[in-house]
Amino acid sequence: MSEKLLVNPIECEGHGACAELLPELIALDEWGYPIVDGRPVPPALERDARAAVSACPTLALRLLRS
Amino acid sequence: MTMATKGMPAEDTATDLPRLLPVNGQQPQDWHAHTARHGRIPYREAPGRLIADIQQAGLTGRGGAAFPVHRKLGAVLEAADARRRNPVVIANGAESEPASDKDATLLWLAPHLVLDGLQLAAEAVNAEEAILYTHADRRDDVGKRLQQAIAERRAVGSDRVPVELAEAPPRFLSGQETALINHLGGGPAIPTFVPPRVTERGLAGAPTLVQNVETLAHLALIARRGPRWFRQVGTAAEPGSMLCTIRRSDGMPRIAEVPLGMPLRDLLGPAGSDGAVLIGGYHGTWAPAAEAVKLTLDSHALGAVGARVGAGILITLPPDRCGLAETARIVRYLALESAGQCGPCLNGLPRIAAALAELAGARPRRQARADIERWAGLVTGRGACHHPDGTARFVRSALITFAAELDRHERGRCSATNTRPFLPIPRGSARTEEDWL
Repeated sequence: MSEKLLVNPIECEGHGACAELLPELIALDEWGYPIVDGRPVPPALERDARAAVSACPTLALRLLRS
Repeated sequence: MTMATKGMPAEDTATDLPRLLPVNGQQPQDWHAHTARHGRIPYREAPGRLIADIQQAGLTGRGGAAFPVHRKLGAVLEAADARRRNPVVIANGAESEPASDKDATLLWLAPHLVLDGLQLAAEAVNAEEAILYTHADRRDDVGKRLQQAIAERRAVGSDRVPVELAEAPPRFLSGQETALINHLGGGPAIPTFVPPRVTERGLAGAPTLVQNVETLAHLALIARRGPRWFRQVGTAAEPGSMLCTIRRSDGMPRIAEVPLGMPLRDLLGPAGSDGAVLIGGYHGTWAPAAEAVKLTLDSHALGAVGARVGAGILITLPPDRCGLAETARIVRYLALESAGQCGPCLNGLPRIAAALAELAGARPRRQARADIERWAGLVTGRGACHHPDGTARFVRSALITFAAELDRHERGRCSATNTRPFLPIPRGSARTEEDWL
């Protein structure tokens, strides 16, 4: 089963931890907010994706089953 | 075309319009006039029964998003059954596009049709609670009319579900579905994150059906006359009629009930062939009038200029006004109406507004245009609601439609001879959290 990353933009405060841990799928815009690749997370990156989700200080990043 | 301001013959065949508005112009329909024309409410005596008719009719939401109504009804009924929880039905009359006046006009002239639709929708999804949500600044006209209408219905015992009236704060986003739920739950009228969808978990966690008031009025007529009757007007893909707010060069709103697929040339009138037309309001799309007049009022045709029917707002910009100045003024308003919850919207919209103000002046930097295009891309799809998306669409269409004017401004000129603001903006922006309550 594949999973997708989803940011709750209301909770997100632009700490940027997610982009540091998962640069392959998350970039930061010019204001420091994450731009998330909405495609299914490749199996090789699932561990890093979980780490990025856990590292978010505002719990704004989620993995959703698609 | 059928203007609400003109008298119409009292014929009532399938293709005759208006269907929703009174046939005799501006006379509001009390209970007696309403039932004389439409008859009593055709309750179906069980949940779910109406949904197939609505599906066959092909009714879509008239609040702007054009979502298929039967799918929302079905989702709410299903969630209610699965969770054994009675749903709530909300009629959304919080018409927040400042240029629109069709919902207020419908509620003023034909409140009982909307209230019939609310009862039938409540029955269809097995709701025991119904709310009619309108703008607080229309309390003295629309609000009073609705109180009278509800009192009339109570006297004759027509309603099976009690209807509560609720008021929206005067904010652009207060009619947005999740903002509405947030507000009715006692909070500010600001959007929340989806999922969960309100059809699953809305007001107080109950499955919630939110439908625009015009949508409910159509639903009430489909319940009486059937899906085939509904499809007698409109296009095969986008059936039925819709209410439009049309503003020509005099700026005055005219409410017309027209078939989907009607030529825009007939709606905009002879003056609408040069200059620009705004289709769909401040989350809508500017288009050159010369192109717009070749199109018809349906989202399939309007897609040619990147527009959709939305909530039926059509505005002709007078040739003496500057489209860039008008756009800049509106985008500043939209930036101020951001709830400020999402980083891209909070950061992007004020920057876009400031750069547009520069383009609207003399000799803007070339960089300003490139900045706007980049920021419009950055905010799109990145809010909890569609406020940044709608604003970006409006801005991008202005850069395309007013490209020649932009060149003039870069040379220090402007074609406008009248600097008086044309597009309407409500007074007062939100300063504190109280302004969202």
